[in-house]
Amino acid sequence: MDAPKIKKESKNKIKVDFERTPLLERLRTKYLSLTFLKTAVFYIFRLVLLLGISYVILFPFLSKIMASFMSPQDFVDVSVKLIPKHPTLNNYWQIIVENNYLTALLNTTLLSLMCAVTQTFICCVIGYGLSKFKFKGRSIVFMLVIFTMVVPHGTLYLSMYMQFRYFDLSIIPGVPGLFKIMQAIGIIDKLPNLTNSFWPLFVLSITGLAFKNGLYIFMMRNFFKGVPDELEESAYIDGSGVFRTFLQIILPLSIPMMITVFLFAFSWQWTDEFYHGMFFTSTSTTGFILMPDIVSVPVTLSALPQSTNLFLEAVTNTCGILIILPLVIIYLFCQKYLVQGIERSGIVG
Amino acid sequence: MNAQKTIASSKPKRRKKALESRKARAGWLFVLPFVLGFIFVYLPIIVNSATYSFAEIKTNAGGGGFTLSFVGFENYRQALFVNPTYVTTLISGIQQLIFDIPAIVIFALFMAVLLNQKMFGRAAFRAIFFVPVIISTGLMESISASSVVSHMESSGMNDGAENTTVSQIISAVDIQLLFSNMKIGSGLATYVAKLVNDIYNIVNRSGVQLLIFLAALQSISPAIYESCSIDGASAWETFWKITIPMISPMILVNAVYTVIDAFTDSSNTVMTYINTVYNQSSSGRVLSSAMSWMYFLIVIAIIAVVALLLSLFVFYQRRD
Repeated sequence: MDAPKIKKESKNKIKVDFERTPLLERLRTKYLSLTFLKTAVFYIFRLVLLLGISYVILFPFLSKIMASFMSPQDFVDVSVKLIPKHPTLNNYWQIIVENNYLTALLNTTLLSLMCAVTQTFICCVIGYGLSKFKFKGRSIVFMLVIFTMVVPHGTLYLSMYMQFRYFDLSIIPGVPGLFKIMQAIGIIDKLPNLTNSFWPLFVLSITGLAFKNGLYIFMMRNFFKGVPDELEESAYIDGSGVFRTFLQIILPLSIPMMITVFLFAFSWQWTDEFYHGMFFTSTSTTGFILMPDIVSVPVTLSALPQSTNLFLEAVTNTCGILIILPLVIIYLFCQKYLVQGIERSGIVG
Repeated sequence: MNAQKTIASSKPKRRKKALESRKARAGWLFVLPFVLGFIFVYLPIIVNSATYSFAEIKTNAGGGGFTLSFVGFENYRQALFVNPTYVTTLISGIQQLIFDIPAIVIFALFMAVLLNQKMFGRAAFRAIFFVPVIISTGLMESISASSVVSHMESSGMNDGAENTTVSQIISAVDIQLLFSNMKIGSGLATYVAKLVNDIYNIVNRSGVQLLIFLAALQSISPAIYESCSIDGASAWETFWKITIPMISPMILVNAVYTVIDAFTDSSNTVMTYINTVYNQSSSGRVLSSAMSWMYFLIVIAIIAVVALLLSLFVFYQRRD
């Protein structure tokens, strides 16, 4: 290629004439090369794949949501695919009224909030203790945390129920503990029954033993391992004690991670059936209704003349939608923090 | 206050020791809730559960409650040799899970690599991919126990595929056709076909793993990738020579987590079976605890094997 021609137009102005490659050729070199083809194919492949998997994730929800608005006639009509021809809110209305949805919502919110807040804080504390302090038996404690994670919950069903049905504080299993001794002396006439109250889950939460708490402790521990020690050391030098440092320096720092753990704890507690079924046994008599209890078909709907099995199934699914609806709303607000928490490399130490 | 006084009055060497022991004490205080809970609440539960598995249970007729009498390995003998379905359920369940685990880990890794790239709509895709972590838990699964696909099919929501069963996206024959030139055994083909048909399950169960992998990928310094690309390494080489070694500790963590998650998940066949045994009769309760203890030992063994195998390949960047 020749050197660009320089023309002097006026006193202070010059004009440089480049010999430009023709447009067609430029486009050709840009878009007809192998590199571009490879990139384009990769982009399309990636987009299709991601869209496809998003579809796999979202479609069941979509179909359930759509089905929840359908009236019984729509399930008989073959031409109805996704969009109901006779949209109705009756399903929702009947479930909310007849299955005591609002009571369940209130109870579950209280329970899940209590559990999630305690678990988040306690797991944060334990994780901090495991990551930042060297003490004898640290690795044993950590192994125990992992152990609680590994034991299948089903294994402990009966004994966990018995533990809280006849609650006792004993160091060595089999030897009478605090409450048994009190019973023998005559202070209390029988062992405290903690079932059908928030107590069992509270005890489990405050000791970091509840559902998947091992995972939270593990996440927190790895997060704190990534926090530089200098931060605390400078706080110590400034005369702050261990606990003050934890409360004023470390806790504010770990908020994104805590939101992640809170989100997990809250939503897994919300949809949990294991503990609900175990600790809240006499739901119908006490009226202590939690989310899993509302899954049933209201009488009004099953008595409809046109109702088919499919319709009843859709109604059950509608119960499910009502259960996860609050979770979805919370997720919409928190997912930003969830991703942020990850990007701060929260989980990896 | 007291501790501070002793520090002020002691010699330098002792002072350091005092600080250390004070920190150690603070460490114990931090983990105290867990330790107390473990000793007072969890240990009795564990020991009782183990005792039940060695006992015979009799419900008291009048006042409720029950009595236990020690019978040795009777429950285990029952479960292994008398009960007709336990062993077969156990074997098939474990087989299924062993097939699932690599699929979940590899899928999560693949998706994490994709979601880590800069692209249009990345935040939206991430948000969608984490939906299963939050929402698709046991409860939803048990509600839609009749699988989603069959629901779609029966409610006329499939798109025109009238005669073929919709639940199968592809069949093993298709895969074999695809791979017929490559001399791949039919075993692998069936495996791949099964995986593709099981995609809904795999996606739903790989949420946490995806999160962990994404975090791991974020923590790799971009400088390494930059120097690689300057040295002329292709993306493929970079992936195998940089990305995989750098996140190999997290592969180990994820594999172990997946094993734990899959095996303790209440929706897997073995756990469901144990639950039904539990609910059958009062003698089923002790039987089920014997069954689940055996199951637990197998799980521990599998975790040990997985951890051992993978730790041979794990690369740690900093050794401390």
